Amino acid sequence: MNAPDYFQLLSALAPEVIVVSTALLVLAVDLLGLQNRPRSFRMSIVAGLTALGCATAIGWMLLKSTVGAWPGGMFVIDPLNQTVKAVILLLTLFTALLSTEAKFTRHVGEYFALILLATVGMMFLASTENLLMVFASLELVSLALYVLVAFNKQSRASAEGAMKYFLFGGMSAAFLLYGFSLLYGLTGTTHVPQMAQKLLALGADPLGTVALVMVVIGFGFKLAAVPFHLWAPDAYEGAPLPSAALIASGSKVASVFVFAKVMLLGFNQPGQGSNAVAAGGWTLLLSIIAASSMVLGNLAAIRQSSVRRLIAYSAIAHAGYLLIGFLAQGGEAFTSLLFYVTTYALTTIGAFGVLGVVEAQIGGDQLKDFAGFSRRAPLLAGCLMVFLLSLAGIPPLAGFFGKFYLFAAALNNEPRSLPFLWLVVLGIAMSCVSLYYYLQVLKQAFVVEADANARPLTVPFLSHVVVVLLAAAVILLGCMPGWLLDTLHQAVDKLGW
Amino acid sequence: MKNLPLISFLTFLPLVGAALVFGVDRERRQLARGITLAVNILALGVVALMWCTVNPSSGMLQFVERHAWIPTLGVEYHVGLDGLGLVMLMLAALVIPMAVLASEKVEENVPLYCGLFLFLQAGLFGAFTALNFFHWFLFWELSLIPAFFLIKLWGGPQRSGAALQFFVYTMVGSIALLLAFVGLFLATGTFDFTKLAELARTKALGPLVQAKFAWLGWGAGTAYTVLFIGALLGFAVKVPLWPFHTWLPLTYSEAPSPVSMALTGVMSKLGVYGFVRLLLPIFPEPMQALLTPLLWLAVATIVFSTFAALAQRDLKRILAYSSINHLGYCLLGVFAAVSATGTALDRTAALNGVVLQMFNHGITASLLFCFVAFLEDRSNGARGLDDFGGLRKVAPVFCGLMGLALFSSLGLPGLNGFIGEFLIFKGVFPLVPWAAVLALPGLLVTAIFILTVIQKVWCGPLNEKWARFADLTYNEGAVVFPATLLMFVLGVWPQFVIAVINPTVAHWVRQLPI
Amino acid sequence: MLAWTIYLSFFGALACLLTPRANPRATRAVALGTALAGLFCGLKGALEFNPTNGLEVVAFAHWIPVLGIDYSLAADGISVTLVLLTGLAAVVGVLFSWNVEHRANEFFALFFALIGGVYGVFLSLDLFLLFVFYEIAIVPKYFLIAIWGSTRRDYAAMKLALYSFIGSGMVLIGMLAAYAVSGLSSFDLQALAQYSFTVDFQRWAFPLVFVGFAILAGMWPFHTWAPTGHSAAPTAASMLLAGVVMKLGAYGCLRVAMTLFPEGLKLWQHELAALAVTGIVYGALVALVQKDFKFVIGYSSVSHMGFVLLGLVTLNEIGWSGAVLQMFSHGIIAGLLFGVVGRMVYDRAHTRELDKLEGMGLVRALPFAAVTFVIAGFASMGMPGFSGFVAELQVLIGAWQAFPKLAILAGVGIVIGVVYTLKTTAKVFFPDKEAAESHDYHAHELEPISIPERVGAALLILSTVLIGLHPRLLLDLIVPSFKSPLFEGLRKVAGL
Repeated sequence: MNAPDYFQLLSALAPEVIVVSTALLVLAVDLLGLQNRPRSFRMSIVAGLTALGCATAIGWMLLKSTVGAWPGGMFVIDPLNQTVKAVILLLTLFTALLSTEAKFTRHVGEYFALILLATVGMMFLASTENLLMVFASLELVSLALYVLVAFNKQSRASAEGAMKYFLFGGMSAAFLLYGFSLLYGLTGTTHVPQMAQKLLALGADPLGTVALVMVVIGFGFKLAAVPFHLWAPDAYEGAPLPSAALIASGSKVASVFVFAKVMLLGFNQPGQGSNAVAAGGWTLLLSIIAASSMVLGNLAAIRQSSVRRLIAYSAIAHAGYLLIGFLAQGGEAFTSLLFYVTTYALTTIGAFGVLGVVEAQIGGDQLKDFAGFSRRAPLLAGCLMVFLLSLAGIPPLAGFFGKFYLFAAALNNEPRSLPFLWLVVLGIAMSCVSLYYYLQVLKQAFVVEADANARPLTVPFLSHVVVVLLAAAVILLGCMPGWLLDTLHQAVDKLGW
Repeated sequence: MKNLPLISFLTFLPLVGAALVFGVDRERRQLARGITLAVNILALGVVALMWCTVNPSSGMLQFVERHAWIPTLGVEYHVGLDGLGLVMLMLAALVIPMAVLASEKVEENVPLYCGLFLFLQAGLFGAFTALNFFHWFLFWELSLIPAFFLIKLWGGPQRSGAALQFFVYTMVGSIALLLAFVGLFLATGTFDFTKLAELARTKALGPLVQAKFAWLGWGAGTAYTVLFIGALLGFAVKVPLWPFHTWLPLTYSEAPSPVSMALTGVMSKLGVYGFVRLLLPIFPEPMQALLTPLLWLAVATIVFSTFAALAQRDLKRILAYSSINHLGYCLLGVFAAVSATGTALDRTAALNGVVLQMFNHGITASLLFCFVAFLEDRSNGARGLDDFGGLRKVAPVFCGLMGLALFSSLGLPGLNGFIGEFLIFKGVFPLVPWAAVLALPGLLVTAIFILTVIQKVWCGPLNEKWARFADLTYNEGAVVFPATLLMFVLGVWPQFVIAVINPTVAHWVRQLPI
Repeated sequence: MLAWTIYLSFFGALACLLTPRANPRATRAVALGTALAGLFCGLKGALEFNPTNGLEVVAFAHWIPVLGIDYSLAADGISVTLVLLTGLAAVVGVLFSWNVEHRANEFFALFFALIGGVYGVFLSLDLFLLFVFYEIAIVPKYFLIAIWGSTRRDYAAMKLALYSFIGSGMVLIGMLAAYAVSGLSSFDLQALAQYSFTVDFQRWAFPLVFVGFAILAGMWPFHTWAPTGHSAAPTAASMLLAGVVMKLGAYGCLRVAMTLFPEGLKLWQHELAALAVTGIVYGALVALVQKDFKFVIGYSSVSHMGFVLLGLVTLNEIGWSGAVLQMFSHGIIAGLLFGVVGRMVYDRAHTRELDKLEGMGLVRALPFAAVTFVIAGFASMGMPGFSGFVAELQVLIGAWQAFPKLAILAGVGIVIGVVYTLKTTAKVFFPDKEAAESHDYHAHELEPISIPERVGAALLILSTVLIGLHPRLLLDLIVPSFKSPLFEGLRKVAGL
């Protein structure tokens, strides 16, 4: 290998550099120039800069398509990674645009800088195939997110949520590190694809199993899968809106992608060779986690009266559905997972967008605060219906197709024996349950009449635009998923998976 | 003349009339009655035309019309006329106007009332001429609807229960009938009566049914018999045959008397018609196999009903049971005709008697209920045996004419009631003597209760209540007189009807595969 | 032409949504226009349809090649019949909803979204597309009942939505399993029908998919959503629910479950027939004891759908064509019944209790309603001369051939049907004077039946009488459909 060309590295890292620069720029602008302006003005400027930065990064990636890999898999650029990074940036962009009316803090610059730094961490997560790098990026993301959750100093819930998140997160990071160390010990490498070959050669090894379990614990926490989900409801409820949106969308996308890479590339597929416990056992483990997440998430959501907690538990349930995607074969797994998590993330941001308006104008996120919503903000109510029905899995929306593709891919794995049929059945059954609680929210919005003295809501234009755009995206991706599907497929095919 | 679709015209004529009458305003009673009577007279004219132009010596079907309708179900629009059909059409064409004329005292919603009668007439015309089960069943069921409403809306105090019971009872029988014919369709692929009769005549029907239902594992001929029983149920309820008769007394007594006229005069004949047109040609073998139980049932019908009539105190109920009794004779004749022993001549006699009895009893019984209607009009609804007495003194004409009708019902020679019963017994005695003997007490007891009626109502000391009892008015006489005349004519010169019936009956007897 | 029924309905839904809330007249005009346009397209398509060609492709486009999903619409005689039914139901539904004032624009928008989904199901040849349209129909139902319904509407709406969703969930599982196992990488119904799945696979896949669809068809014992749902729903929704949506389920049973897994049908034939007949008799018996007018009709719907299901499992052509004809016939008759009960009587008398209605002298106050209900009642009983008779006759013939004992039970069900129909008609419209006067009898001054209601009722009565007297109009479309290659597997199993 030649001596590393740092200039080349820098140009390869350009999107990340752009984002970091934006973070610094935002910090600078706010601290230096905007201190005496009204908060909404600062918010608008800073959010606008953030959005601009993300957009620039996306533009760069689209225009300059490079392909390459840093030795050791530390940093890899291929079409799939680029696509995922684009999605993450897009999600951050939307989050920024939706936060312009937020009133929870005076430290505007710091806030958005942290958001951008978290985004950088996610981008690194997406483009690495090396365990060390995975850990480092994960820590970057997590630390940023912990602070973002705690940002609302007036709210005890915010602090509580952040504390729980931090404690859980710290513990799971430790597990992850132990797991990675064991893997390094067993295989002598931290490069994920090479690790796979060594593991397979090793065969059934108790240490391998331990490593596997620890890795799953670490990632399971990030995904909010059962039984590592206890932080999620409080974090979602207490965090300021944009933070919650980011955790629910961008963080999910990045974690799913990296988890998939580690599991599917590192621990290899079943059905190859002697099925060593380390290699083949993880399907069982993941199935159990998936099943528990689906069941617990959906059943707990039924009793919620706070819409934020409802979305949190539904996120847990969706983590369960996502884990089913891991059981599919090769390239199909990646395509179905990424399609699902992308559409899920877009939907969730949209839902949080609507939620933000409700919280700001009506004052709470309880079910009863949604009463008569369709009268007071018809367009937003319509978009809310789109988002929630997509989460429930009603065609022709994106959520339905995502689930459908996920289940189809999982079943196609072993068509003759259909080993994961029980999981798919469970998934569909739990989707039926989920319809119930989503309809509860929609019932409040559309069926229940508003209070007599309720006035129509004044919705900021930007929120309207973003939410409608997201709703349109959900509908389009549901009716014509071909565009996104084909992009993902081509990217996966190029990698030969 | 033969090529005109007279039957279809006849069937749809009352429907058109009903549509016209339904549109008449509630208050214009005379107009409604007028239209109805006009339609009835027109119908009567058409039937008379058919009577005159029909070729009497041929037993075959005439005025046949045949059109494809639902080929996948083997359903055609197939109508035709033979002696039996003609006689039945004449009966329907006569009884309905009689009933309408007897309804002078009906005040409420006369257009609906008259329209329903026309609807009923259309159903009867259709049922008597249909030769394919599908539209035969259609008309059979359709005739139930106006009857239901006529009883329900204008009847006596227990009319709701009576109407419901009537409808449901008949429906149950109808469903059994439907299932039986569905079974036949499955075995043969056709719903057509003539085709089915042809198959039965060549003894091919039994094996076909057997083959179709062989997988049920029943013995030879059982499936055929089961279908027969199903069809039998449908008609047994309608005639009625003991023990399926329990709906009748209540219905006849609760229905307004003109409706009872139609019920006993024509609708019960639908049942006997079913026996003769459907059961006899299509199920001769099962009928023969079950002959003994059937004969017992017929005898039971005859005997039990007379004893029941004897015990009644309500005039309408007496007449109701008497109706059951007279139709029992018809059934006796039908069953006897398939008896294994006997000459063709005997069978012909029996069946001739059956058809003749159908016609005559129709006229007579309607007339009797008509008289009861007149009695009720004068007595404000009272019609118990003991309510009257010695009315002969104040209403001699009434007494005389009603007496004539009662004697005809009794079977006095010279009046129309005698010939039918005579012919039936003439046929039954040689065929199944024991049944004839057992049925004889029926004749005796009939005489007893009819004479009782005459004695209680007309003779004896005058009941002071009725000193002002009016005699027959001219309007009422207009209804009654022609019918009475007809009774005499038929009593003295039955050849008039027999000439039409006999060739058909002889044809049937030749077709019987016995 | 037929595909336009779908598109026009969805455009119409959007158009209705955009009409101003304060102007119901505009909304109604748009709604009526859309419904008539849909009916017109359906009729034109029916007239242009040539039954001997079997399945005719109406529209085709590649959609998601990765999964082998195409946007594929096709029609055969069965589809055309049911499209006609939907068109009629849509027009009459709009006519009977002429008096909706509250949030009229949303009402008609949801109404047409539902209709559009229904049209889509009847015309889809791609299993995925069929499923998508099937599910699209669920959400409008929920809101129609929850917002404009009456008794216990929250509960009824949620129950309906969940039952439908669970049913479609079951279908989804079967669909995915079939897709995976067949290895064809296609969701085309014809391709899947021609693939022979193993008997073991069909043993569990068939009942799963059949029952999944049959839940929506009101099969006993999964029918409990139907009476509550129908009673709670506003009139037009009840008409659609009982008239058309329940037929979606039966259509799914025929088009998907039976064509894909015919051997499975053979295995489960008797059990399903027993369930169907139980539904017939149970529905009739329970209708007999109801005290609420709408519940009587709701349970009678369950009973009539039992005939449809019975006809489907008979494994002979007469039973199948009887089932499809019964789908059409019952759709019309249910529309009539709910129109009278919901729109003509309930909207004016504001009560549905039979005892209270007895004392209102309805035959004097609403003679048109009385006549319509009498006619509808006789049609519902299966009186010859109306479409129900021909349909039930065919089902009975088919059932007789396959399961004679059950056929007799079905006959019993018909008799019970007669009894409760007559009883209810008598109680509401022709009560005994004594019974009527024992309640608070006041000759109500009720507003007369409006023109839209009359037109709607007349349309439906005309349809049922027309088909009753000349069933060939539809049978000529339906019977040849069973000869198309789509049903080849089924015919082989049936021995035809």
